[in-house]
Amino acid sequence: MPVTARSVAEPSRWSKTSASFIVATYAIVAILPLLWIFLTGFKTPPDSIAYPPKILFEPSVEGYVNLFTTRSRQTPEFLASLPAPQTWYERLVRSRNMVIGGPSKVVPRFVNSMVIGFGSTFLAVCFGTMAAYAFSRFRVPLADDLLFFILSTRMMPPIAVAIPIYLMFRQLGLTDTKLGMILLYTAVNVSLAVWLLKGFMDEIPREYEEAAMVDGYTRLQAFFKVVLPQATTGIAATAIFCLIFAWNEYAFAVLLTSGDAQTMPPFIPFIIGEGGQDWPAVAAATTLFFIPILCFTILLRRHLLRGITFGAVRK
Amino acid sequence: MSTLAERAVARTPSRLALRFGGMSDRAIAWLFITPSVLLLLAINIFPLLWTIQLSFTNYRANRPNAPIRYVGLDNYRDILTDPDVWHAMQATAHFVLWSIALELILGFGLALLINRRFRGHSFWTTIILLPMMLSPAVVGNFWTFLLQPQVGLFNSAIALLTGIDPSSFQMIGDIRLAPWSIIMVDTWMWTPYVMLICLAGLRSIPDYIYEAAEVDRASPLRQFWSVTLPMVMPFLMLAILFRAIENFKMFDMVNLLTSGGPGSTTEVASITLKREAFEKWRTGYSSALAIILFVTVFGAANIYVKALNRVKQR
Repeated sequence: MPVTARSVAEPSRWSKTSASFIVATYAIVAILPLLWIFLTGFKTPPDSIAYPPKILFEPSVEGYVNLFTTRSRQTPEFLASLPAPQTWYERLVRSRNMVIGGPSKVVPRFVNSMVIGFGSTFLAVCFGTMAAYAFSRFRVPLADDLLFFILSTRMMPPIAVAIPIYLMFRQLGLTDTKLGMILLYTAVNVSLAVWLLKGFMDEIPREYEEAAMVDGYTRLQAFFKVVLPQATTGIAATAIFCLIFAWNEYAFAVLLTSGDAQTMPPFIPFIIGEGGQDWPAVAAATTLFFIPILCFTILLRRHLLRGITFGAVRK
Repeated sequence: MSTLAERAVARTPSRLALRFGGMSDRAIAWLFITPSVLLLLAINIFPLLWTIQLSFTNYRANRPNAPIRYVGLDNYRDILTDPDVWHAMQATAHFVLWSIALELILGFGLALLINRRFRGHSFWTTIILLPMMLSPAVVGNFWTFLLQPQVGLFNSAIALLTGIDPSSFQMIGDIRLAPWSIIMVDTWMWTPYVMLICLAGLRSIPDYIYEAAEVDRASPLRQFWSVTLPMVMPFLMLAILFRAIENFKMFDMVNLLTSGGPGSTTEVASITLKREAFEKWRTGYSSALAIILFVTVFGAANIYVKALNRVKQR
């Protein structure tokens, strides 16, 4: 009998070391594109499209300055006639023979992403918590069918939903409004919220509420004062998943918004410099856009599995 | 610290609460479910019904005042006999099958390795998970940069490893390579997803089964075939289900990475749908296509879930 006999239940030292080596290699290769995005944000436009690609370069914040401003190229004579630049970013732009025209649209787009993300998350979690409680605690007629119906709304390709939604929003005057996008994302997220929260609620023992009701609480009081505090972790995890969805969503955003309500994902590909996409600025926007998600991922680590499988797999 | 009296007051049901609290459980159940169901009816079901109605017409959304004519099943007949649609379905199938196959192999392999619980495994797991949380659209946009010949990181990395000229191939511009570039980016993004589900499956297997297998002198390979694989199977099938639905609907990443090109080599079903609906404005025709796609996903998912339940029961 070879010595590898207990390999699965209790891996040998060699097998652990080799596993750690392979996994670390994969992780480093997989994270390289993200690191490259981060680095590109600190390159100058010529450095970003240098051949061969530059690993070592002089860091610059030009990408970030370009992201937040609109600029125009001017003749040396005109630049000489202008008063000296006041701020460091004006000096930077002036050194490229350009003049700042004003702020770019990135801040309003970022604000849109936040407003639509938080608005739809709040509504989806409120509706989802209520429905999940009802499905978890009461005998709802046709509960399984209703739950499946709620899930099946997620099987529609977003473009297929977008056709009638586009017509509907046009009729109601909701095209390119934050309210319209909040309602739409709430509807998409509510299915996730119901399924996830039902799982979390199922795990809270009924005895808690029953004891509270014996003490004179009504059903609603028991819900607000006993069940909700117990479900805080689950609600928070669900909220983060809804927020990530709304934050990342592209298909609806690109088809139904164009200006006032446009979010970051459809905006980022259109950050254009001279002669095509301004890659350092795109990379800067991408970095700023990814940072909240990275933080949330680390926060969510324990509930990630549940969230991505609609609560079908729990650890 | 609150005084005893305050706590007593806080615990006494208020009048308003009593009036609502007097509701039966049934009333509460309906009160709680109604908002979600109403919202889904308004934003999912009503549009679905509208799509069905539109699919029988020649309506064009860019000409709202033109008379609407009912054309019966013409749209459906046109779609099912349209070689472009069949081409799009083939492109979708190619994308879905290959991306899932690669994600399964890599994801399951990584999960097996991570399950050896070496030192630092949870740190590396978190790193590996990052790509899947990001916005596919923004990722797709950035991969166009990484995949550029010459200046892109990918071509240079391949050149470094194999010694071929980095400008000798174009991942996005070449009709042979473009379908593989969308598969590659999808695999990069979603391997962690499959890995995470497989990991949960592996961790659900109690150690004593392996111990029993060892008492019976089963070889590691035999243990894998007779214990690990059958017990992880329901998890694998679940991962396949979710990935298949998601990739069948795939729009954002592909739209930004290749937008269906070059030509129509990477034109997956959702891209065709977008072109018909929002570029050619054939609303009736695209509604019919949307219904066909939805019925396909819905039907396939239903059959699959039945199979999944059978595997689970075993």
